[in-house]
Amino acid sequence: MSKIHVTTKVNGDEVEYLCEPRETLLDCLRDHLDLTGAKEGCGTGDCGACSVTMDGRLVCSCLVLGAEAQGKEIATIEGMAEDGALHPLQRKFIEHAALQCGICTPGILVAAKSLLEKNPDPTETEMRYWLAGNLCRCTGYDKIIRAVMDAAAEMREAS
Amino acid sequence: MSVRTPLPHDSAPLHVTGRARYVDDIPTPATCLHLAFGMAQIAHGRITSMDLDAVRSAQGVVQVIAGSDLDEIPDCSPSAEDEPLLSDGTIHYLGQPVFLVAATSHLAARRAVTLAKITYEEATPLLTIDAALEANSRFEDGPRVYEKGDVDQALSSAAHVIEGRIEMGGQEHFYLEGQAAMAMPQDNGDMIVHSSTQHPTEIQHKVAHALHLPMNGVRVETRRMGGGFGGKESQGNHLAIACALIAHRTGLPAKMRYDRDDDFMITGKRHDFRIDYRVGVNDEGRIAGAEFTQMTRCGWALDLSLPVADRAMLHADNAYHLPAARITSHRLRTHTQSATAFRGFGGPQGVVGIERVMDHIAHALGLDPLQVRQRNYYDDAFGAGVAQGGLSAPPGPPEDISGTKKAGTAHKLSSGTGASKRFGGAHSPEPMAGGAQTTPYHMEVTDFLLNGLTEKLATDCDYAARKAAIAEWNAGQPVLKKGIALTPVKFGISFTLTHLNQAGALVHVYADGSVHMNHGGTEMGQGLNQKVAQVAADRFGISPDMVKITATDTGKVPNTSATAASSGSDLNGMAVKAACDTIRDRMAEYLATEHQVKPHQVRFADGMVHVGAEEIPFAEAANRVYMGRVSLSATGYYKTPDIEWDRIAGRGRPFFYFAQGAACSEVVIDTLTGENRILRTDILHDAGSSLNPAIDIGQIEGGFVQGAGWLTTEELVWDETGRLRTHAPSTYKIPACSDRPRIFNVALWDAPNPAETIYRSKAVGEPPLMLGISVWSALADAVSACGPNYPDLQAPATAEAVLAAVARARG
Ligand code: FES
Ligand code: FES
Repeated sequence: MSKIHVTTKVNGDEVEYLCEPRETLLDCLRDHLDLTGAKEGCGTGDCGACSVTMDGRLVCSCLVLGAEAQGKEIATIEGMAEDGALHPLQRKFIEHAALQCGICTPGILVAAKSLLEKNPDPTETEMRYWLAGNLCRCTGYDKIIRAVMDAAAEMREAS
Repeated sequence: MSVRTPLPHDSAPLHVTGRARYVDDIPTPATCLHLAFGMAQIAHGRITSMDLDAVRSAQGVVQVIAGSDLDEIPDCSPSAEDEPLLSDGTIHYLGQPVFLVAATSHLAARRAVTLAKITYEEATPLLTIDAALEANSRFEDGPRVYEKGDVDQALSSAAHVIEGRIEMGGQEHFYLEGQAAMAMPQDNGDMIVHSSTQHPTEIQHKVAHALHLPMNGVRVETRRMGGGFGGKESQGNHLAIACALIAHRTGLPAKMRYDRDDDFMITGKRHDFRIDYRVGVNDEGRIAGAEFTQMTRCGWALDLSLPVADRAMLHADNAYHLPAARITSHRLRTHTQSATAFRGFGGPQGVVGIERVMDHIAHALGLDPLQVRQRNYYDDAFGAGVAQGGLSAPPGPPEDISGTKKAGTAHKLSSGTGASKRFGGAHSPEPMAGGAQTTPYHMEVTDFLLNGLTEKLATDCDYAARKAAIAEWNAGQPVLKKGIALTPVKFGISFTLTHLNQAGALVHVYADGSVHMNHGGTEMGQGLNQKVAQVAADRFGISPDMVKITATDTGKVPNTSATAASSGSDLNGMAVKAACDTIRDRMAEYLATEHQVKPHQVRFADGMVHVGAEEIPFAEAANRVYMGRVSLSATGYYKTPDIEWDRIAGRGRPFFYFAQGAACSEVVIDTLTGENRILRTDILHDAGSSLNPAIDIGQIEGGFVQGAGWLTTEELVWDETGRLRTHAPSTYKIPACSDRPRIFNVALWDAPNPAETIYRSKAVGEPPLMLGISVWSALADAVSACGPNYPDLQAPATAEAVLAAVARARG
């Protein structure tokens, strides 16, 4: 099978890879670019563990083909901390103990960041429904919500 | 002091940056093979032909193995040797692995699998409890029966006899990280296996067996799991063995991870149960005698079904004193996935049985369900009511929890080799006057505290007033109805297989004062490593970040038990403490001699070693001791004292202590659609003197939500051919962020464990799952508001089930 050459930007860096036409963006990130922060929880767009943004839009990378990333800008969890400084969401997740096994955490952080970029002052209900596509089997979500709301408040104050 | 502080999970900084490595994230050599199973497409019968040519010639395929290609098919079972890695020609369930493909990529392997042409001679599968009962298809020769007192007499002389049936579904673990393993062949035929498992020793044992190696030829490493919940106690065996087999045959590394759908189809789930009950009660709703018949589908293989079914029997009483009781348990063999461990390990099913009875009694006699529960509670241990937790501020622990004996200072610990049989008897207070009440398995209940705890929770969450307000609200509402329930849990802590209650640890102190810690427990998100590191730091009086947490490794600590039965910190914390104390004693002795003081005048605190009047930084002390040629490495070992259990007779003391708690949930249902929401939940839970309140509260919240999910939205549906139809998150609904209770208050009942556990803490992994029963019970309460009849709500209470119950209530 002939492979497709893809040039794209990931977390601000230009990268290229060769992928099969059927390979997902998730597999390309994980297997070709060694960015294993996005996880596969289902492969069918139902769990959010693979969340990344593509041109600023939140997507399930398991539902995007690797070839579709051509010319796009992808942001993953690996790019969230800038110059070693944790993003407020990351800090608040640690502070609020909003994680247990941690495998859902990258996807939830990416999704939460994307909401706060659109809506810096979400209600708790908006937040819960926005994150309803990100499953967590461990925490019961309470601390996740608290961490996100707290981070949002801090970010509003800082801006 | 590092214990009892709410420090974050040790891996949190890695989790939030995506750098925490799970098995599938470990960089693989380019030559690594990727594996996939071909699965049976019928539930029962024989393979008549298997054409795998197309699979073999598919792109990227390197090797294809069927059961018939092997001289000996490796066994994957945890006990009974009844689970061949690949079918030997007989099919036992739809989804059973029949052949194995190794290919150059995960995708290539999965794609090749679909090209197999297999024909079968089908037989009628046994899929239901009724079918299995009729065919007498069961494990063990007959039902197990535990009995106390004269039940028949109690029932025949009771003022009221209430009987019924509750069916409860199973539950898929849905660990967000699917099963995964990787095997790396070594130059001398040995094997290193990375496995997402709760039981590295078992993986080691099974891989060694499969490869005909001694156990020392296999090393298993588990850094972390992306969730386990019991689903990685035995279900990871197949992947690890398959990887090792391929690695052994090809000399190449091999990796396998189940796609989510395959994971659903292949692996076992929580046991579903049917419980028939008959209870005799007086006018106040107090039980005189109770009879439970528990039936469970164990699936095709034994796996852990016997101890699971035993634990269901052992929790048939939950928090209630049954003067006479008979519990009968049928372990049925069906042609479905082999049901396995799942958080609570049968306990939750037993508890649902009697909680259902409490609600049924209340409905039949027109009493408040909470009152019925409280009337049937065991008596509190004398002094237990002194302990006051609270939804806002947990006050200090009581002085003397056992009441009859000086409990010893809660913080004084044995310097511990673990060899001592008893720790001073604080955990087993002298029998109360007239003898303590006993469970249906004849164990005295001496540490009950739910009377006080329930009272506190009911007051703090304003149960009575809210109950009255709800009744009034319901009267004015034609469509929506609210319900409220407060349910308790009392959960027995210890493995019921007594020999499993042991643990080992290995601790090194380096000459620069840094500490390397290893123990037999595995990390699946529960924060075990963090808690145990806090113990180690406390023993040396240093900061927890001086303690390096490393992957669980069978090469460091051998012969470990699964991280299960909530025992992780109880067992491993004690083993690590023992190892630390051995080193600490050696250091103290050396430094004491050096300074001409007595060893007991050497103290470890605040990063310093205080030797008489002198203060030495811990690092310097370590270096001095090293220069003095004293070993700074030690193993530690612990076994739980005072347990003994005869599972056939149903008598003994299977548990070291009971962990307890209660939850009050309020829900609202839509009587036109059955849809429902949790409006508010208040929890007061007993974690003893918590080692880490942040982590423990996280366990309670997560457990509660998982339990509520089990009893509400999580429905497993098999069709009449035995095919599991709910095999992905698209069809199997675990709770999401939007399902969390609108108001969620969680507090710890902060009182030291009367049993001498690590820093007097209590296990907290499984018990909170049963707090989710309050949601199911509240739904039943809401349905009851719809009409005069008994609604007979079953579990899971999906919207459909709620709607049907509404119809029954209305009559
Ligand atoms: S893996 Fe993409 S949504 Fe689950
Ligand atoms: S922390 Fe384990 S799935 Fe969210």
